[in-house]
Amino acid sequence: MAMDFVGKTLLDTTRAIEQSVFQLDLSSEDGFLQGLDPRAKVICFLLLLLLTAFSKGLWMMFSTYLLTVALAMASRIPLGFFIKRVWLFIPLFTGLIALPALFNIVTPGDSIWTLVVFNSPISFGPFEFPAYLAITQQGLTTAAMLILRVAVSVSLAILLVLTTRWMDLLRALSILKVPQVVILVTAMTYRYIHLFLRNLENMLLARKSRQFAPSAMKDQHGWISSRLGALVAKSYHLSTEVHLAMVSRGWSGTPKGLEQFHFKAKDAVSVAVAFILFSSEILFDKIY
Amino acid sequence: MSLSESAIMDVQIPVFEFEKLSFAYPGQESEPALVGLDLEVGRGQCVCILGANGSGKSTLLKLLDGLYLPSSGTFKAFGQEITARLMEDKQFNSHFRKRVGFVFQDPDVQLFLPTVRDEIAFAPLQAGFLDKDVIEMVESTASDLGLERLLDRPPYRLSTGEKKKVAIASVVTLDPEVWLMDEPTASLDPQTQSWIIDFIIGLKEKGRTLVIATHDLEIPYVAADLCYVIGQDHRLLASGSARQVLEDQGLLLEANLIHKHRHLHNGLIHSHRHDHWR
Repeated sequence: MAMDFVGKTLLDTTRAIEQSVFQLDLSSEDGFLQGLDPRAKVICFLLLLLLTAFSKGLWMMFSTYLLTVALAMASRIPLGFFIKRVWLFIPLFTGLIALPALFNIVTPGDSIWTLVVFNSPISFGPFEFPAYLAITQQGLTTAAMLILRVAVSVSLAILLVLTTRWMDLLRALSILKVPQVVILVTAMTYRYIHLFLRNLENMLLARKSRQFAPSAMKDQHGWISSRLGALVAKSYHLSTEVHLAMVSRGWSGTPKGLEQFHFKAKDAVSVAVAFILFSSEILFDKIY
Repeated sequence: MSLSESAIMDVQIPVFEFEKLSFAYPGQESEPALVGLDLEVGRGQCVCILGANGSGKSTLLKLLDGLYLPSSGTFKAFGQEITARLMEDKQFNSHFRKRVGFVFQDPDVQLFLPTVRDEIAFAPLQAGFLDKDVIEMVESTASDLGLERLLDRPPYRLSTGEKKKVAIASVVTLDPEVWLMDEPTASLDPQTQSWIIDFIIGLKEKGRTLVIATHDLEIPYVAADLCYVIGQDHRLLASGSARQVLEDQGLLLEANLIHKHRHLHNGLIHSHRHDHWR
């Protein structure tokens, strides 16, 4: 029997997340970013993230995105994989958020495409809307900025995670004084996503194996709520057990890895370049 | 007292002692997981904790590892009463963790790092060993347990048997003198089960102290010096040598460690006590 809409959506989402998170291990490739000291890499990416957050120009944002693509190529990350991984979720989530910003009712400005004309302005409670619905130039810029900002941030995060061994990344964050609790929660989340995805998939398949006819949408919603509850309970139990296992093996509260970090000349140059880019953006924004 | 006298004393002191120990999980005080337990584990002994699912075996091992503290009664490890304050003492905690290793029932709980290499290196790194020593420890442990080809693989991509071996390897590195093992052969294929049993016998021959919680009766049959049987009411049902316990069919049936088996025999539906360990 074919899986119902909710089941199929959950199963496909589960597999997509699993593939995008766990499919490729590029941290041991001989690429540019893989060769940087993890501490330098974290500082560089932090500066580029700040640049992305503060940047107000569309071109600057687009240039930063191109920079991330260039870094991916220099780090031997398959371009198709990198671009797909960034843009797969952006239309789903950010696109939906950015969509209303396109229209004059959210972002007033110069209309570039009128969609609907009403007879008179519309009142809705305390809100007054214009007599037409149009996409504005300002709205388009705002939406494009939001989408690009998210795309650049996601690209930077993906580059960092793909090109750094997980333990090294955690150690670098620890050295850079990120609170231990944040590091621990991040580490556990990454490790156990796989297990929870597998759990979720098994729940869906177990349900499918006992189902004789497609269920009503209302029943599907009820089932999902109850399974989400079960998954939360399972995750709570698992987190307690994992913590006990860590304590049992002598967990001191600080992540420790085997390889020592070596801050080289190219790490210093990379940090300097990232700093110059960040400061020039701030300066540029102040002047203009 | 001279050093040699102190060493002799140390040998004579039981590794673990429970006295009227009870334990209940927070919020479940009306249904304690263990009730009024008296138990002793001597140095170099292989002790099996036998009991059905849910009898409290895993909880007992967590108490022995100082992960939980008793709700009432006393627990002594290496002659010292274990208290919250003592376990919070960094020096004692580090000393205790080096001496006692725990293999959890579910390897997915125990293996939380990105690669097998990181897993095996975790305990010695946390214990403060130098990197070059840790690298040597990892290589030699992997070689001893036949895990070399898995070193750079993520644990979640391994088979259950391989995960179990990695979980054991993650404890082997510190070569603890006391091993706690929770259902070491559960959910494993026969070859891995056999490998684990050989490994347990190897540890015993090296003089390690072992406490194994199991309902697989083959383990006490081949390895145990002493067995404690926990009943389904979470109380100690019996204790004795492996032979005494395994030959008491009434006890094993009461503890839900063997089951009655119905089958056709000489044209009649026949029912008798049955076990799978011999």
